[in-house]
Amino acid sequence: MKTLYDKIWDAHVVHEEDGKPSLLYIDLHLVHEVTSPQAFEGLRMADRRVRRPDLTFATVDHAIPTINRDRPFQDRIAAKQVETLRRNCADTGIELYDLDRPEQGIVHVVGPEQGLTQPGMTIVCGDSHTSTHGAFGALAFGIGTSEVEHVLATQTLPQSKAKNLQVKVNGTLPFGVSPKDLILGVINQIGTDGGTGHVIEYAGEAIRAMSMEGRMTVCNMSIEAGAKAGLIAPDETTFGYLRGRAFAPAEAEWGETVERWRSLKTDPDADFDLSVEIDASELAPFVTWGTSPEMSVRITDFVPDPRSSPENKRRSYELAMEYMGIGPATRLDRLAIDRAFIGSCTNSRIEDLREAAKVARGYKVDGNVKAMVVPGSMQIKRQAEDEGLAGIFVDAGFEWRDAGCSMCLAMNDDVLGAGERCASTSNRNFEGRQGRGGRTHLVSPSMAAAAAIAGHFVDVREWKFK
Amino acid sequence: MTVAIDRANIDTDQIIPKQFLKRIERSGYGRFLFYDWRYAEDGTPNADFPLNDPRYAGASILVAGANFGCGSSREHAPWSLYDYGFRAVIAPSFADIFYNNSLKNGLLPVVLSEEAVREIIDRSRLESYRLMIDLERQMVADSRGFASSFDIDPFRKHCLLNGLDDIGLTLQYEEKITAYESRRIATARS
Repeated sequence: MKTLYDKIWDAHVVHEEDGKPSLLYIDLHLVHEVTSPQAFEGLRMADRRVRRPDLTFATVDHAIPTINRDRPFQDRIAAKQVETLRRNCADTGIELYDLDRPEQGIVHVVGPEQGLTQPGMTIVCGDSHTSTHGAFGALAFGIGTSEVEHVLATQTLPQSKAKNLQVKVNGTLPFGVSPKDLILGVINQIGTDGGTGHVIEYAGEAIRAMSMEGRMTVCNMSIEAGAKAGLIAPDETTFGYLRGRAFAPAEAEWGETVERWRSLKTDPDADFDLSVEIDASELAPFVTWGTSPEMSVRITDFVPDPRSSPENKRRSYELAMEYMGIGPATRLDRLAIDRAFIGSCTNSRIEDLREAAKVARGYKVDGNVKAMVVPGSMQIKRQAEDEGLAGIFVDAGFEWRDAGCSMCLAMNDDVLGAGERCASTSNRNFEGRQGRGGRTHLVSPSMAAAAAIAGHFVDVREWKFK
Repeated sequence: MTVAIDRANIDTDQIIPKQFLKRIERSGYGRFLFYDWRYAEDGTPNADFPLNDPRYAGASILVAGANFGCGSSREHAPWSLYDYGFRAVIAPSFADIFYNNSLKNGLLPVVLSEEAVREIIDRSRLESYRLMIDLERQMVADSRGFASSFDIDPFRKHCLLNGLDDIGLTLQYEEKITAYESRRIATARS
């Protein structure tokens, strides 16, 4: 009896030996500008070649501007980094979705969108949010630059097997409660190190009912629970999403491939090292109040009081509240914001934009708020324009940008000022993540849009849709 | 010498803020280590931050709270710690990717119990405190009676002690990789 993780693992073992990590074959290697230059340089120094450029795809996303792309880069160092990736890809025969390509976008949006991400694969990228691709029943995890070099050179990675953790989500998500709220709720329950050393498999009714976009949001933030990867068994929703995409199996092989993919699920009696159950119907929109993704509350609840919190949390809570400018035992639903950011590999897909646009339709962004929408890929940008979503955002006063990581990690010019408070659909509320002294509150796309319009956090379940 | 940063969940964004990830080099990150904590907005050193305390100048062991290195996979985090002069980090737990990345760069992550870490944090404030880490024997000890053993995967320990090149090791199995690739193509076509 095997779990889905066990099955994918077993199918990719190239070499095993007692007392050593197993050598796993890697089916897809995604590359971006920030974590790859030193890896290519390492190859050159050792006179090694890229073993499988055909299984390696690159995009630019982390440090690029999301505005005025027709002009030269303002940031010389970032420009050099992008130029280095161009040269490395050209030298080694790796396909690059460069700034002028219609496929360009955030690496974890582009992979699935192009059909590169497929069930049963092993996928790596020098980025912790590689866990996103687990939504397709692929074993996908983030690696460091030394490992990027290792995969470039050998198309394999030495790996020690992680443990199995099942998160079973029963029931259905109530109105106004999104997959983002679900994963924030999971992290709130198990903690930012609750998944350390484990691969999380998400199962249950609420996961089955979820779109691929929603599943990607959930798997994306598995790393925020410390997990090695997130996994969801593929089903008709998965197959429907992939069919016809650029790199999906051809029609002639489709039926046969899907039959093979159907076996990618945990056996009924398989054992998990750990299991957690969650009732989706009890969830509500979540907002983080602190500087770790586990520091969150339901929009209608009070933030904790450090004095009555567990002793091992007290100091973290006090430091976080001081940084965030939040009082103990207060509510967030009247808390004013300065900025709103809708984007990132967590929440920049078409469905996320639809949810945000539903809220924004017919309203104006509050006069004290600067709000922006940054689509995850140029393909999503065009689709959103065709569907009229872009028009809704622009009419409401949101900035409508080109694709990239943008203010999720603020490597480009999209940065929070010191003390600025932001409703953000991204994945990390660490100190300074979106800019030194910036205060990040993680929320769903509809909650971010509602906060941008109201000028403060609100409960989107009570929104008057126009 | 040991310096303590008494916080849990120290993430890689704190260890090396993103504005320093645009460089294409592998070295020279030590001066950016903990940048936003180490320096005020105008670039002057923050007197309160332990790394700026002259008593801890030249420290080679960092001790910190649980879940050290969580967040981004940036290998710039261990690069900056190593370049600054650290050779080991002691914490009750580490995030997986950071732990991996550290071992690949000669930076030893040592997991000790919460109590042992608390003890070291307290003692690190004592005058001329010295802590020793013996990887061979997997022991952490000081001259004042503190001693604790730690676990490390035997293969990783072997690689670290011998400075082995992972890629070189894997390439010994190149034939098996090629065989795996042919097998995969055959299955896909059957």
